[in-house]
Formats: sequence, C-alpha cells, structure tokens
Amino acid sequence: MTQAIRLTMAAVLLALTTQLAIAETTTAKDDAWPGLVTDVFQDRKMTADPAIISLEAPYRAEDAAIVPIAINAAPPPGDSRYVARITVLVDNNPSPVAATFEFGPKAGVSHLETRVRVNQYTNIHAVAELSDGTLYVAEKFVKASGGCSAPALKDAAEAAANVGVMKLKQFPPKDGGSTLREAQLMVRHPQNSGMQMDQMSHTYIPPWFIDELAIHQGDDLLLKVTGGISLSEDPNLRFTYIPNGATTFNVTATDTEQKTYKGSWPVQPSGS
Amino acid sequence: MIFNALREKQRKSYIHMTNRPIDSAYQKVDGPRAVQQQKPLPRRCIAGLGNLASLALMAAMALSCSLAEAAPLTITEIAPGVFAHQGQVEPMTLGNRGNIANIGFIVGDKSVAVVDTGGSVAEAQDLLETIRSTTDKPISHVILTHMHPDHIFGSAAFLRPDVAFVGHARLNAAIEARYSYYLEANRPILGEKLVRELSQAHVTLPVADRLDIDLGGRIISLRAWPLAHTDNDLTVLDQKTGVMFTGDLVFTTHTPSIDGSIRGWLKVLDEMARMPVSKIVPGHGAIGAPWPAAMQAEQRYLNVLVDDIKAALAANKTLAETVETAGRSEAGNWLLFDDYNKRNVTTAFAELEWE
Repeated sequence: MTQAIRLTMAAVLLALTTQLAIAETTTAKDDAWPGLVTDVFQDRKMTADPAIISLEAPYRAEDAAIVPIAINAAPPPGDSRYVARITVLVDNNPSPVAATFEFGPKAGVSHLETRVRVNQYTNIHAVAELSDGTLYVAEKFVKASGGCSAPALKDAAEAAANVGVMKLKQFPPKDGGSTLREAQLMVRHPQNSGMQMDQMSHTYIPPWFIDELAIHQGDDLLLKVTGGISLSEDPNLRFTYIPNGATTFNVTATDTEQKTYKGSWPVQPSGS
Repeated sequence: MIFNALREKQRKSYIHMTNRPIDSAYQKVDGPRAVQQQKPLPRRCIAGLGNLASLALMAAMALSCSLAEAAPLTITEIAPGVFAHQGQVEPMTLGNRGNIANIGFIVGDKSVAVVDTGGSVAEAQDLLETIRSTTDKPISHVILTHMHPDHIFGSAAFLRPDVAFVGHARLNAAIEARYSYYLEANRPILGEKLVRELSQAHVTLPVADRLDIDLGGRIISLRAWPLAHTDNDLTVLDQKTGVMFTGDLVFTTHTPSIDGSIRGWLKVLDEMARMPVSKIVPGHGAIGAPWPAAMQAEQRYLNVLVDDIKAALAANKTLAETVETAGRSEAGNWLLFDDYNKRNVTTAFAELEWE
C-alpha cells in the first residue's frame, strides 16, 4: 500500500462524509447505477425479472457494517441454462462491487445470503448471468451510513489472532423430501476496508480482506466468491445447493496478503 | 438588551425543560433525593469568562453563546457531595445539544472529579457552570466512562493542564479508531456549529485494572472492565456514599445498546452485582436507583436476547429472520426500543452464531 493510495482513500472518505448531510435528504436516484452498468457490465442489456432473480435487504440497515442480504436466483423451470454468476453491487459504496459469485454447472445454488457494508443511502443491485450470457437484475434501496469506515466492534488483537478460523454449518432440508440442502460458511477475517483509522499512528489501516474463496463438494465447484471491502467482517455465506454425493466439503480462501486458509468437513447425511 | 433577551429566553426554555413529562416520569422511579439543586444558572457568555484558560476555549465559548436556546442542566445531589444530571432519554439532536447521557461530579475536601462530559461542549460548559456554582474546589480529574460521543463530546470544556483525564487503558485507542467516524455520523445530527466546537478527548491517566483517587477525605475507586458494553467501560465508585457511576454498563428505561459483547456484558454485570454499592448513576435512565435492583431489567433484557437468538440459531433461522423476532417480548419495557433492539440483535447474532 503506497502512501499515495492511502491519501486517495483519505480523500475519498472525506468526500464521502461531506456528502452525508446531503445524502440524508436525497434518495439513491442520483445515480451511480448507469455508470456501473457501463463499467462493470459494458452496457450489456439486462432484464428485471423477479421470477429469475430477486433480492431481499432491509430498508433500514440496523448496523451499517452488517447488512444481511438474500438473493434468490434460478432459471425458469424446464430451462436448461444455469446461473453462472451473480454480481452484488452496493452502488454508492467507495468500492461498489461487493462480490461476484460464480457457480458450478450442477451446484444448483438458488438461494444465497451474505452480509455487506453499506456506507450511505444506496441502491443495492444483484445481477445474475445465466450460462448463455443473458443478464437479469434485481434492485433494493437501503438506508444506512458509515458501514465502510465504522470500526470493528472488538479489539484488533483478538481479530488478528482468529484470522482464517472457519465454521461450516449444514442444515437439514426444510421440507423433508427436497433434494436441496443448505449450508453456511463463516470465516473469521477483519476485512479491513482501508477506510478505518489506525488507533496509534493516525494513518488509515491498509485494506486487508478475503479476495477469493471457493467451496467445493468433492471435486465439483459449488461456488467461488471474488470479494472486496464491501463484504462484512467475518464473511458469512449461507446457500442452498444440490448434493452430488460427495463426502466432503472443501473450502479454500485467500486474502489480499496472499495468505491461504483451508477447511474440510464431512458432508452430513440428509436428515441429520 | 441582548443579554436580557438571552436571559429571558433561557429562563423560558428552562421552565419548559423542567416541565417535560419525561422528567416528571423519572421522579417516580428516582427514589428520595437528598437535596435538590435545580436552579437556573447564569450563562457562561455573561459571567465566568475569568476562569478561562485559553484563547481557543474562549473562541469555542463565544461560538456556543450564540446558541441562545440552550437550557441549563438540572443537577441533583443524590448523596452528600455526589451530584448527577439526568440526560434526556432521546437520540442526540441539535435541540437537546447531545444532552442524553447521565453525567455528574463528586466533590472532595481538596478537589472535584467530573464523571463524563456529555454530548456537546455547550452541555459541558453548563456542567462546568454548575460545578462552579456548587463548590470552590478545583477540578482535578475528568473521568470518562467509555468512548461514546454522548459521554465524551464535552471534553474540550475541561481541557486544562492541571486536570487529569482518566479512562480505561483502551479508551484512547478506541476513540482514536472511531473519532472521525463519530464526527461525521453526528454532523448531520448535532449540526455544524456544535461539531465544530469538539476536540478529541485524550486520556492522560489510563486505568488498566483499578485505581483509587483521593479527592481529599474521599476516595473514589475506578475499575476498568473487560469487553462488555464496549471494550473500554470504566466504573466510578464513591467509597464514602457507595454511589457508583456505572457508565453505560447499566441502562434503565433507555434500551441498552451493545457495542461490545453480550456474553461479556452479562459476565461483567454478575461481578458488578457483588460490589458494595448503595445506588447508581446509570449511563442512561433514572439517577440514584438502588443497587443491584437497578440493573435487573437490563440483565433480563440481555438474557432474553441470548435465549431468543440461541433458539433462532437452533431452529436454523437466518440473521434477517432473527432480527424481526428476537427480544420482541421486551418492547414494552423500554424507551427507544425500535432504535436499538434490531441493531443489538444483529450484533449479538454475529457473536453467538460462532458458539
């Protein structure tokens, strides 16, 4: 992290915060979204179709650093395409692309929940790309402020000591006979945004976050997350999937310091 | 002319303030008050400039003098030599000048210790004025119970070379990490004027575990706690009267807010319950409430949250689902419940889901 980048971030923070008072009285409509469609999606056509992708988020974020969002995405029944990728954007965050999720062809991830930071009143967008390249979009407005610069709750020493600790929860099927299963992966990581102030040196803590995380069942990819600073501290993913009969889950995560964290868990038989 | 108009306006706002229904509601739960000192005080912009130490402070005061709608603080002597002001049970606003936390001071034979400085320099200057009208003893210590803006934003009013700023050993780091965030979060709330007067509080006498301070014939015992309401909670126990300033380790009436650890907080409350305390000044809610009865509502609320969240986790509920249900049975027992409960659930869920 060069001094120049830190300074830029400080400037960004300053610019953001001076906008706070204005943001109070305006909606998110003055609008980062068209620019994001250009920059992130090269102006490709996208369709809002709640039958294919929908997004749930609280209108008012109670804790701007931990805003739960849920995405439902699946091709229409009988359609042979699959959801190849979902991009989550928090439009008005300093780094709007919160995460991109890629899915294995047979993963069947139709419901996905995670937690994001929201720095100000903003739209959140989820864009699904089906395997033939068509894009579908869902949008939600969220009121919150300060999620990116809000400091972590607990002391940095404790957070650092636990970095990379993972927990995988496996849930029994909600309706007994369903082929769908549900799991939740939790990873301890401070996800430093680069916008938090160091306690002693008066400088911004450099960004340090998980930038890639892959979950496999056996050898098959369930999902791979490419993330940024807008994913909350202690990244948390809860998702449904279609079991492939493999006996283990394998998780690999790397962060921006090139540290790698791995975890492996036996797949619990359904009904457990 | 102008001064007279000012006085008149202040007098009116004082009357208005003491007639607020919310204040009279507290009278019921307060218990007997040893002495009531509820007189309107002269404004600092009219008198008292001689006490000022620095030009910077004078400039700050000049600024705050323009806020003519400000009302003096209501101060109660809840035990001999122990004075407390009960903040409004409201969010911080320009209208209340951040006057939402309970603050106070303890008078010894030699000197005075201030406990928390309130939510703005304007409020703190009223506290200073009240102290000056109560005692001639110099202020030797300003004790900060934790990092939150409503407890520390007034600190600039007490900045003098001969005043020690006392806080948890982790307080400086905690404030440092959050201060710019606190400023920006409160700028739209308190307004530019009040925010411009602030300067960052800095502890010069850190407490790692325990510290006794002698105010002259009067020992006050400070204790720094592990992660609870925040990671820098400090209590102040007056040995002479058994009155304890708990900071935000105890809320009454006002919904508690978790900015640390719910498990840690409950543990700390268990230990605090065993301390030889007669009554408390909580961080928010009725001052002078008996101990340990005064913390039972909070303890119950936190336990309800733990139970509800653990039950939700056992039923495989998500955070978004749990936020809607956990703690709801407590809604009728607290003010500002909708402002804090869901955030508390979010924070506690993120803690408890790792167990």
